[in-house]
Amino acid sequence: MKPPPFGYRAPVTLDEALDALAARPSGKVLAGGQSLIPLLNMRLAAPPELVDINRVAELDTLHVGDGGVRVGALARHTRVERSAAAAAVQPLLRRALRHVAHPVIRNRGTVVGSLAHADPAAELPAVLAVLDGTVDAASTRGRRTIPAADFFVGPLEPALEPGELAVSAYFPAAPPRTGTAFMETARRHGDYAIAGVAAVVTLDDDLRVSAARAGYLGISATPLVLDLTGAAGPHGDWTAAAAHVRDTVDPVADIHAGAAYRRHLTGVLTERALKRAAAEALRKAED
Amino acid sequence: MGEAREDTREDTFEDTREDTFDVALTVNGAHRTARVPARRLLSDLLRHDLGLTGTHVGCEHGVCGCCTVLLDGDPVRSCLMLAVTASGHEVTTVEGLAAPDGTPSPVQRAFRECHGLQCGFCTPGFLCTVTALLRETPRPTQDQVLEGISGNLCRCTGYQNIVASVHRAADLIARSAEEGEA
Repeated sequence: MKPPPFGYRAPVTLDEALDALAARPSGKVLAGGQSLIPLLNMRLAAPPELVDINRVAELDTLHVGDGGVRVGALARHTRVERSAAAAAVQPLLRRALRHVAHPVIRNRGTVVGSLAHADPAAELPAVLAVLDGTVDAASTRGRRTIPAADFFVGPLEPALEPGELAVSAYFPAAPPRTGTAFMETARRHGDYAIAGVAAVVTLDDDLRVSAARAGYLGISATPLVLDLTGAAGPHGDWTAAAAHVRDTVDPVADIHAGAAYRRHLTGVLTERALKRAAAEALRKAED
Repeated sequence: MGEAREDTREDTFEDTREDTFDVALTVNGAHRTARVPARRLLSDLLRHDLGLTGTHVGCEHGVCGCCTVLLDGDPVRSCLMLAVTASGHEVTTVEGLAAPDGTPSPVQRAFRECHGLQCGFCTPGFLCTVTALLRETPRPTQDQVLEGISGNLCRCTGYQNIVASVHRAADLIARSAEEGEA
């Protein structure tokens, strides 16, 4: 249970980090290490080189604006979870972060690292996907913005090119009269979820449902986002929306749960989360 | 005879030589240095290079919580951090929780009083985690205690006495604060 040998660089500026990644494109980025180091310890990964970005202070950022929350590559889960400003602009972030592993893991793990790890059972990819967020990637060749819909290519496979570093992620703010909810079921508290859902419901001026979306984790190779506005109808028939989800999803079976159980669970979680999100949207609309 | 054997060893060592890095960090208030390969885990730096075997290593992939130490005051898994990354930071291990004269900290006293340990393997991780938990939340609710220690596994106690120890430690800390004010 010790990591295999690897080359090691610890840049202190972003430019140095990008140069290091350009010099060894097969190198891996080490941020919080709460997913990568277990893989190294178990020797499931053996990268030739690690580029440790923990000393790149310019990536340790959290910017909250009216339009959304931008999280830098070195911002730890705990920092984002505790930010009252971030929770006010986009409450779904804090709600999902409370399900990420345990508090001690969240002290080191980073939000952007979790996205770049692209685990289909992880919480934050589903949140970024349901919110239509983006990831900014940089390399010595330049910068680009990758929409969530294009960022998650496959299990543990983000749309990052060799030599590219995910420098920040952007979680758009909730529009007015919008409620959110996050729910998941795991075998043990802090484990990866068997299935989970991030729900977003928006009401119009007449308090009819104008948008209902759900992002799923644990049931497909990449985060699945379903638009449930039509299935729920203007008055929010959440039972019908959940039935539609059960008919639509095609969950994978694994050692933790069979496909039929995951399908059932996905329906149950969908109905509960949409109800809770709609209730919050109504409270906000009435304020 | 002895010399020949030494030569052989050196040859073998030569074949597997890795780059090494200087690390310098503060451990329990003392400045410590070591020269280690990049893949040295913080847990192994503490135990093997610095001889601080109070930090226990259970699963080595972040699940059991036995190796939890305080990094700049926050609890972290020392098995999920490279020693080179920890360079320049301040680490507190279970050896650094008691007062310099050896008087146990309130958290340590509470675990003793409430029988919060049996075999003791998980205890260093619990003590570090709970020390940080109570610093941040001096009067935790039952739910906050359960959430706070949810990342630490104990195979002996059934957790009842550990939970009681956390509440007792909160009492002891509050009492010593009151006495300090009076």
